[in-house]
Amino acid sequence: MKPPPFAYHAPVSVDEALAALAETGPHGKVLAGGQSLIPLLNMRLAAPSHLVDINRIGELDTIAARPGGVRVGALARHAAVERSAEAAAVLPLLRQALALVAHPVIRNRGTVVGSLVHADPSAEMPAVLALLGGSVRLARLGGEREVAAADFFTGPMESAIGPGELAVSAFFPVPPPRSGTAFREVARRHGDYAVAGMAALVTLDEDLRIAAARVACVSVGPAPVVIDLSDACGRRPAASVSWDAVAAAVRDGIDPDGDIHATAEYRRHLTGVLAVRALKDAARNAGTEAVDE
Amino acid sequence: MTTKLFGEPVQRREDARLVTGQGHYLDDFGPGALAAAFVRSPHAHARITDIDVSAALDVEGLVAVYTWEDLPGALAEPLPLLIPHPALTHGRTAYPLARDIVRHVGEPVVMVVAEDRYLAEDACALIEVEYEFLKPVVGVEEAVQGAHLVHEDVPGNVGAHLVQEVPSREGRSAADAIDAAPHRLEFRLDIERSASMPLEGRGVYARWDAGDGSLRVYSSTQTSTSVRMAVAAKLGLPLPKVEVIAPDVGGGFGVKIVHPWPEEILVPWAARTLGREVKWTEDRREHFVSSAHERAQVQHVRVGFDDEGRVLGLDVTILHDHGAYTPYGIIVPIITSTQLLGPYKIGAYRVEFSSIYTNTVQVTPYRGAGRPQAVFCMERTLDRVAAYLGKDRTEVRAANFIGPDEFPYDQGLIFQDGRPLVYDSGNYPESLRMLKEMVGWDSFPEMKARAAAEGRRIGIGIGCYVEGTGVGPYEGGHVQVTSDGRVHVSTGLTSQGQGHETVFAQIAATELGVPIERVSVVTGDTRRFGYAVGTFASRAAVMSGNAIALACRKVREKALRIAADALEADPRDLEITDGIVHVAGTPSASIPLATVAVLSNPLRYAFDEEAKRATQFSGTSAMDRPPVDEGEEPGLEGRDYYSPIRSTFASGMHAAIVETDPETAEITILRYAVVHDCGKLINPMIVEGQIHGGVAQGVGGALYEKMVYDEHGQLLNASFMDFLMPYATEVPRIETAHLETPSPLNPLGIKGAGEAGVIPVSAVIASAIEDAEGIPIDRMPISPSDLYTLRLRLAG
Ligand SMILES: Cc1cc2nc3c(=O)[nH]c(=O)nc-3n(C[C@H](O)[C@H](O)[C@H](O)COP(=O)(O)OP(=O)(O)OC[C@H]3O[C@@H](n4cnc5c(N)ncnc54)[C@H](O)[C@@H]3O)c2cc1C
Repeated sequence: MKPPPFAYHAPVSVDEALAALAETGPHGKVLAGGQSLIPLLNMRLAAPSHLVDINRIGELDTIAARPGGVRVGALARHAAVERSAEAAAVLPLLRQALALVAHPVIRNRGTVVGSLVHADPSAEMPAVLALLGGSVRLARLGGEREVAAADFFTGPMESAIGPGELAVSAFFPVPPPRSGTAFREVARRHGDYAVAGMAALVTLDEDLRIAAARVACVSVGPAPVVIDLSDACGRRPAASVSWDAVAAAVRDGIDPDGDIHATAEYRRHLTGVLAVRALKDAARNAGTEAVDE
Repeated sequence: MTTKLFGEPVQRREDARLVTGQGHYLDDFGPGALAAAFVRSPHAHARITDIDVSAALDVEGLVAVYTWEDLPGALAEPLPLLIPHPALTHGRTAYPLARDIVRHVGEPVVMVVAEDRYLAEDACALIEVEYEFLKPVVGVEEAVQGAHLVHEDVPGNVGAHLVQEVPSREGRSAADAIDAAPHRLEFRLDIERSASMPLEGRGVYARWDAGDGSLRVYSSTQTSTSVRMAVAAKLGLPLPKVEVIAPDVGGGFGVKIVHPWPEEILVPWAARTLGREVKWTEDRREHFVSSAHERAQVQHVRVGFDDEGRVLGLDVTILHDHGAYTPYGIIVPIITSTQLLGPYKIGAYRVEFSSIYTNTVQVTPYRGAGRPQAVFCMERTLDRVAAYLGKDRTEVRAANFIGPDEFPYDQGLIFQDGRPLVYDSGNYPESLRMLKEMVGWDSFPEMKARAAAEGRRIGIGIGCYVEGTGVGPYEGGHVQVTSDGRVHVSTGLTSQGQGHETVFAQIAATELGVPIERVSVVTGDTRRFGYAVGTFASRAAVMSGNAIALACRKVREKALRIAADALEADPRDLEITDGIVHVAGTPSASIPLATVAVLSNPLRYAFDEEAKRATQFSGTSAMDRPPVDEGEEPGLEGRDYYSPIRSTFASGMHAAIVETDPETAEITILRYAVVHDCGKLINPMIVEGQIHGGVAQGVGGALYEKMVYDEHGQLLNASFMDFLMPYATEVPRIETAHLETPSPLNPLGIKGAGEAGVIPVSAVIASAIEDAEGIPIDRMPISPSDLYTLRLRLAG
């Protein structure tokens, strides 16, 4: 369990990093928190000949919370974003989701942006970005592009990032007023990747009926699966929604696989159960979470 | 008296070192040593047709590459079959490096030695081994069909077959007793594979001294003395030229009692051949596929019983999955088949097992060693009997208990030490009474009803066990008091975190009357003590504890003799308190143990002030006797051995309350209660720690851990990401109570406690889930997904 040989680059600025990535092209890999990449290297499942370590680039260690959303720099650790009171104030979902990402020691090191680029379909933060319709900013030598979540997650462990590109930040937009969010999952052990789970968003109208409802499910497809449940919730107050129908709509909207931890049937069932629980939480939070209008 | 420490909750003396990173584990030794790495088989069953190492030779820093063909003499032979048994008619062991056929994924094929581990692994990656595929045999039920063979010369893949039968008192066979019983049940119970999984894997570090032709080996082992004998034999070295030391060991749980591992003889051999220090540290992936697993068994039960739930006849047939080889013999299924009877006396018993080869990692004992399967079998059986009769589960157990006045109780079987299975002592009804009270057994139905009214499902479960501990043949202890008053204790068996440095010091301090601060303990170092068996079978406290006590008594007797001479007193009037020998009732007539140590060793040469007292012109020795009396030896030291007539039998009972989520099928343990009886407690805090660790592993076995092999013999979850050991967050708070029924078999009255905690957990959790769900639970572990599937099946 030792990595194969690689050349190590330690840029101290984004420009230096982009130069190194441009030079190494498809042979280069960015090293952020290392919580996913290092195990892959040690198991020799990945063998990049160049590692570009971005941990010394202070300008990437940013969390900017604005009324419209939160922009998270590439070096912001899970733990820092989780603890950020400013971020939680505008977007409680960040904290709700991050509490479920791995364990504290891993969150101290792993980065939110790294988690997005890694694009594990079981990971929480890709689901959050997908649910909110956020985006990832990709920089390369001499250019930059902003890729929407819907286009960013292209498959299991596959994202739209190309050779020579560095993800410099991700943007998580704040949902409309009278919205509430929640994250619910079942993992085999505390902190494990979820067997099933989802981020949920509910927006109420002025009469506190559910105007819009949406979930982004993890572990049930090649990428986060976003399901719009506004119709299933039928523009009713949460108390009179036909939740069985909502669960059925969710189960119809996914096509999970079985693995050694859970059968496909169980995943499908569980996703329905958790969707109802998450949506109820979100509807409840819509009253308390609502940000200034 | 400050030195009366036996029985006190003394804090573990090793913890300050171990928890502040001051421990010295295998990989901490030999920072400059060459590193070994292995090319291991990626296939479950294949014939090696060619090994091409040429590409690896270009790796800078490569030192050597070895295949089976390079191995000389005894090294080229199969590894020893450690515990032969007449029923093991087809015992098979592996070669240190595969000779022509590989029989499981992970079997070592090529050994590479390089300047460091990175380079060694780079070289491994460049070695090309060509294989011709053979049909893999996976799963006992497929294997026993015998359509394909793991070993060409083992028909039906049956390595061993053993039947033991104990007729009823009326002379009925089990079959007849079952047929004649008022009620009968028949069912099947399965347990899946798990593994010891110590956090520190195996490891070996060897240095050869060409100057004096000696070899020193450090190994992360549970038996350094036996590794020493194996290394000397395999390398053709005189035994006195080989030293083996077990340093701090980060867990063993059984897997490290197996020896010699291929690496354990190959690394020393390479060190001698190359004249360089060589080290190999096992990584986690290697540990998953190249060490050992346990637990997997399919068990068929037939039981006959009366209206009270008394078992009149029991017939159990076991298919034991032994993996590819049998280096540790058939100890695991022997333990299952003999310990199955637990605290019960049953009418007639017949047990039959077949030990079956499959193309998977070999199976050797893991903490509990066959007992978790046995207890799962017996306790599930009694739960079924209770359900059938509509009786309380504890009532059925009580109806079958051996009474407190029935000891010694002979179960009529032959145990794992080759001796009769005779329980020495116990008090099962009292354990049950304590457990029921602790967990609130009798009021649980109301609690359950209240929960049901809130839409919650809860259930309670119970499991009882008896554990044969402290198996022979023997252990020894050596105790030396030096002229600085320090007490040096050594014993040959090894430590893997159990707290031996503390409990053995407590025993020595108590026996000798010295402060514990003056006592130091060394284990597992053949330079200090050469005769030992090893640490397994909950035997260290019983075996070495008693041996050390006996050695201390010799030292004490000698000290009193010498002190009596010096004080002109009768030795029978002397006591030792706080390291000072004094006349009972007259504290002023005294002499420190340190001075006694000086006087015990007549000297010609003084090396310090104290030593002067023992030199020849000091006037301390009588002129009419030789300086060392006939029959005496110089020095204040003693050595003794403890060899028991047979095992001593500890026991315990666990209960758990679990909650199952009606929607998600998640399983939560709300309470976990343990009553434990290991005879006299040396240190209740350490016993509780052992129980906690055992229960944690038991929770793993019940709810999380399994080795998932596919039909090709590939282990699908060979990493900590997918092999789910419980975290602290998955282990419930464990409530414990002790009962102390002393063992009449040994001077200290103690029984083993190391394995106990893990033994009944699968049975207890299954019992509780069954109670919560009303669905029979007959295979463990169980996951939420499994529970969901069972619910669907029940719903039709
Ligand atoms: C035991 C354990 C449990 C875990 N459990 C969970 C869990 O429950 N949920 C969960 O979501 N995650 C979990 N993780 C993963 C963790 O969240 C990782 O931190 C995260 O997936 C990757 O972030 P990182 O900063 O460590 O990235 P790295 O490991 O450094 O990199 C991951 C990948 O992303 C690329 N990359 C990273 N940053 C950039 C960038 N700025 N630009 C371009 N490419 C980049 C790397 O090249 C690499 O391919 C767990 C990890 C461990 C070890």
